Amino acid sequence: MSDANPTGGFIPRDRNWQPDALTPPYKTSIKRSPQAALLSFPTSLSEETSPVFGHAMLGDLDNDLIHNFAQSGQSAIGPRLIVHGRVMDETGRGVPGALIEVWQANAGGRYRHKKESYLAPLDPNFGGCGRMITDAEGFYEFRTIQPGPYPWPNGMNDWRPAHIHFSIFGHGFAQRLITQMYFEGDPHIPLCPIVGALKSQEAVDALTAPLDMKRTVPMDSRAYKFDIVLRGRRQTYFENRVEGM
Amino acid sequence: MVQKLETLRESPSQTAGPYVHIGCTPNFTGIALYGGDLGSAMKTGPVQGTEITIKGTVYDGTGTALRDAMVEIWQADAAGLFASANEVRGQADPNFTGWGRSPGDMETGEFTFDTVKPGQVPWPDGRMQAPHITAWVVARGINIGLHTRIYFADETSANATDPILTRIEHQNRIPTLLAQPEGAGTYRFDIHLQGPKETIFFDI
Ligand SMILES: [Fe+3]
Repeated sequence: MSDANPTGGFIPRDRNWQPDALTPPYKTSIKRSPQAALLSFPTSLSEETSPVFGHAMLGDLDNDLIHNFAQSGQSAIGPRLIVHGRVMDETGRGVPGALIEVWQANAGGRYRHKKESYLAPLDPNFGGCGRMITDAEGFYEFRTIQPGPYPWPNGMNDWRPAHIHFSIFGHGFAQRLITQMYFEGDPHIPLCPIVGALKSQEAVDALTAPLDMKRTVPMDSRAYKFDIVLRGRRQTYFENRVEGM
Repeated sequence: MVQKLETLRESPSQTAGPYVHIGCTPNFTGIALYGGDLGSAMKTGPVQGTEITIKGTVYDGTGTALRDAMVEIWQADAAGLFASANEVRGQADPNFTGWGRSPGDMETGEFTFDTVKPGQVPWPDGRMQAPHITAWVVARGINIGLHTRIYFADETSANATDPILTRIEHQNRIPTLLAQPEGAGTYRFDIHLQGPKETIFFDI
């Protein structure tokens, strides 16, 4: 390994596991999917580095979607939830300092967006987004309300399962990932063409958060656990480098 | 039977959907939070090097501009150093973040980055790469974020020896990776998701 590549390259992305660009039942993918083969090459510094996001940039309510957009003394409507988990890499190491941004519909399945036309009402006390940074072991948590399922224009009668969108920054730009968290037991999961872009039940399971009664706060909030795995770095012999943030 | 290789699988990607801007650029959508949108300013003070603006539009296979895309770029500073904890070659320009995020214009979808011309960064074998910017595109209908690179059409000699550009089989597609000068420090880099002008996307 040369000095020009001190961090070790990232393990290649498994394209047999990740969804394909073209998944026709999800109609929008048809004209938005590249048709030429992707150009494969090993990561270099340009992809092994990443911007740094410090805990100092966070406000006290950034990870509290129940209150971060609410009027003083008010709170968002809906079943109260804690979502928590750990960001790890493929080798099982926690990823500290990872920026997680989340967004979701309100309890009625409505997003706060001018292009959103679903007739379910807006909640004046719910913005629908939050953010956090993982701790020294890669753990994160946020508080929110249960998002509702919602209809979307695709087939004649397609509904999204209840879900929370996640955007994650790890330690290298090659790890950049956007995904969605689903809720255990939701009957919409196997019907959804976006979920259907996933290639196996194992992949669907990897995005389905179980109810976590151990983290439930009695008389307050239920909890769901959602772990996230980012691409790992190749290990080098006798490596004792401190993982960068 | 053999021992098991104990590795985890990367979380599967799902589309960013039509409302990625709510999560990543909430202020752009009218949700006033966080004191501003991350990635909206790449310069936090006087910067070293040549200041440039990169503009572009993401098009689908019918030639229609996307208005729900989000484009992120990541690059070295003018000296070729990254503002990253993993940068061990030196101290990057303290007034340059190297990272930008653009939701695109609400009406036209055109994205804009006010940045600096990046310096050269070495390839793992030590050869110098041509100046380039890493770009990443997500939107409704894109199941997994698309990586590409922005090179510069006016870097003819550096481009001619770049380790990636020189190994691309279809050399007639290289212009899809070149930002074209439009005068006054402005470059255009349109991204075509599909069709005859399809941008080269990377599996990195
Ligand atoms: Fe959604």
